Amino acid sequence: MMNRIKKLFSDKKKNIVSIYFTAGFPELNDTNTILNVLQKHGADLIEIGMPYSDPLADGPVIQHSSMKALQNGMSIKLLFDQLNKYSNSPSGVKAPLILMGYLNPVLQYGIEKFCSDAHKAGIDGIILPDLPLHEYEIEYKNIFEKYKLDFIFLITPETSEKRIRKIDALSKGFIYAVSSSSITGSDKDMSAQEEYFQRLRDMKLNNPILIGFGIKDNKTFLQACKHAAGAIIGTAYIKAIENSNDIEADTEKFLNSILGATIAS
Amino acid sequence: MKTKEIFEVDKNGYYGEFGGAYIPEMLHNNVQHLKDNYLKIIKEEKFKKEFTSLLKDYVGRPTPLYLAARLSEKYHTNIYLKREDLCHTGAHKINNTIGQILLAERLGKKRIIAETGAGQHGVATATVCALKGLECIVYMGEKDIARQAPNVARMKMLGAKVIPAVSGSKTLKDATNEAIRDWINNPDDTHYIIGSVVGPHPYPDMVARFQSIISKEIKKQLKEKTGNQLPGYMIACVGGGSNAAGAFYHFLNHKSVQLIAVEAAGEGINSGMSAATTQLGTNGILHGSKSLVMQTQDGQVIEPHSISAGLDYPGIGPMHAHLFESKRATFMSATDEEALESAFELAKLEGIIPALESAHALYVLNKIKFKIDDVVIVNLSGRGDKDMDTYMKHITTQ
Ligand SMILES: Cc1ncc(COP(=O)(O)O)c(C=O)c1O
Repeated sequence: MMNRIKKLFSDKKKNIVSIYFTAGFPELNDTNTILNVLQKHGADLIEIGMPYSDPLADGPVIQHSSMKALQNGMSIKLLFDQLNKYSNSPSGVKAPLILMGYLNPVLQYGIEKFCSDAHKAGIDGIILPDLPLHEYEIEYKNIFEKYKLDFIFLITPETSEKRIRKIDALSKGFIYAVSSSSITGSDKDMSAQEEYFQRLRDMKLNNPILIGFGIKDNKTFLQACKHAAGAIIGTAYIKAIENSNDIEADTEKFLNSILGATIAS
Repeated sequence: MKTKEIFEVDKNGYYGEFGGAYIPEMLHNNVQHLKDNYLKIIKEEKFKKEFTSLLKDYVGRPTPLYLAARLSEKYHTNIYLKREDLCHTGAHKINNTIGQILLAERLGKKRIIAETGAGQHGVATATVCALKGLECIVYMGEKDIARQAPNVARMKMLGAKVIPAVSGSKTLKDATNEAIRDWINNPDDTHYIIGSVVGPHPYPDMVARFQSIISKEIKKQLKEKTGNQLPGYMIACVGGGSNAAGAFYHFLNHKSVQLIAVEAAGEGINSGMSAATTQLGTNGILHGSKSLVMQTQDGQVIEPHSISAGLDYPGIGPMHAHLFESKRATFMSATDEEALESAFELAKLEGIIPALESAHALYVLNKIKFKIDDVVIVNLSGRGDKDMDTYMKHITTQ
């Protein structure tokens, strides 16, 4: 079977929307509902956040959702239990699934066990922002590859061309371009980044790029799509469901507001 | 053949299995730039000259090595106090901030950020920013802002902006998270002055080098006083571990010197209200380096507790994790109550009011059986003015 991330990017070259949510938030057992409704209403790719007590690269909104999720009792083990029940059922999600979190909880779980259990639970890729390139290459690469998990790297406007080339060579699924050097949920203007996106395009990388951090509506989504295969949205979605009484309705409304005119295309 | 044990950082930024730079890509450039330049810069003649002259004329170094006669009498041995409490601003923290501000200048940075627990590092950072006319932003846990009010006022008077950290335990760990997030958001003009031997490589090594002036002076002073430059015991408290790193640095490879690191036991090691990382921690990653970390089985960081804001941290620097694992240093602890007892004892016997942090180091004088001719040095990392509220409460409840 073709890797689901690869398949997505070969089937769909433009306007890919990837949505992040924190597992265990707003309620402990919302995971499968959220996966379902995200897929149903147009998310092409789904990032499941593994909550961590000290999320260094996240702003207040995701910090809060992580804290709440931990208070609710979320853990990597429980998340895998939830996913196993779900991805093994016929109604299971078809969109590629990516786990996103921080290295420490993964190390405590045990790196090999984590990869093996993630693979069994139907996970396609992993994002760990605080696992650096160097350590990945010498210590972790073989384990992720053994369990067919694409490791997704971040790049920023400050990442040198040489380093981007190296990341491109090591990447399998896609590359996650942070639109400005900022924690999640920040409001920096994307138009200031035009030059950076142009530079990325000119590099003709092997891997597709998704642009993340700061995308919150149709305008910013289209702006990102102009330069890349699509966009990653986290904070704006968390905000849309944090006080929700009807996750499905609010998710539909949210995705419509993001996709807007692109829906027909 | 037994290979020589190495206690300094290796070329990849590790102390044994601890250390490294586990940071998001957004910080890579800044940290890499520091790593590529810090040794070159701090070895320049001009840098060394300016650093030394500021330490002498501005900080007031060398700080005295004082033979505490009445304390020695009580413990039947020879106790010297390294008087870091007499540094300008009242603690050892300024040795590091002087070094880092000179480095930041040479890196062309215009904006300085820092985290602080007890407020001593915040004050030391605000001070050097005033000295150099640079913008200063200090992150401080909301809980610490309340319990170290005098230092908050000092930072403000020195022109710094103090931003409360309201996430998590609202103490030093969370202030550090906020400072790191600020740095991610301001990659170009900002230098982050970390206040202890923690964080991603090269911070632990860089801060240890700036603090190593403490043991360099001790060697010279002790030689003058006793004819021997090596003490039998070198005792220091450990929050992140910078004063201990500085006090141990030049003795690391002299095995005859017993290195004693003292952690905060809080209300007792097993009370659930403690900050004794080597007793309660396991291997993990915190604030960008592999070290010992107080955490749950799921890898979530535990909120620590200590009466002393400067020791209220769920990790220790990677250098200390290595000293612990390799058994080069002995790790002991003192509870909140014990630290208070020692603070009052030093005040009464020697006329010196220590910082609560330093009082933890003093307490282990009760726990070690010294010989009459031993030479024992306690690093008195700071003075107690900032802790007067806590001390007054103790007086009224006695
Ligand atoms: C007086 C004093 N001693 C010790 C410490 C603990 O820090 P470190 O372990 O880095 O020396 C602090 C921290 O604020 C302090 O103010």
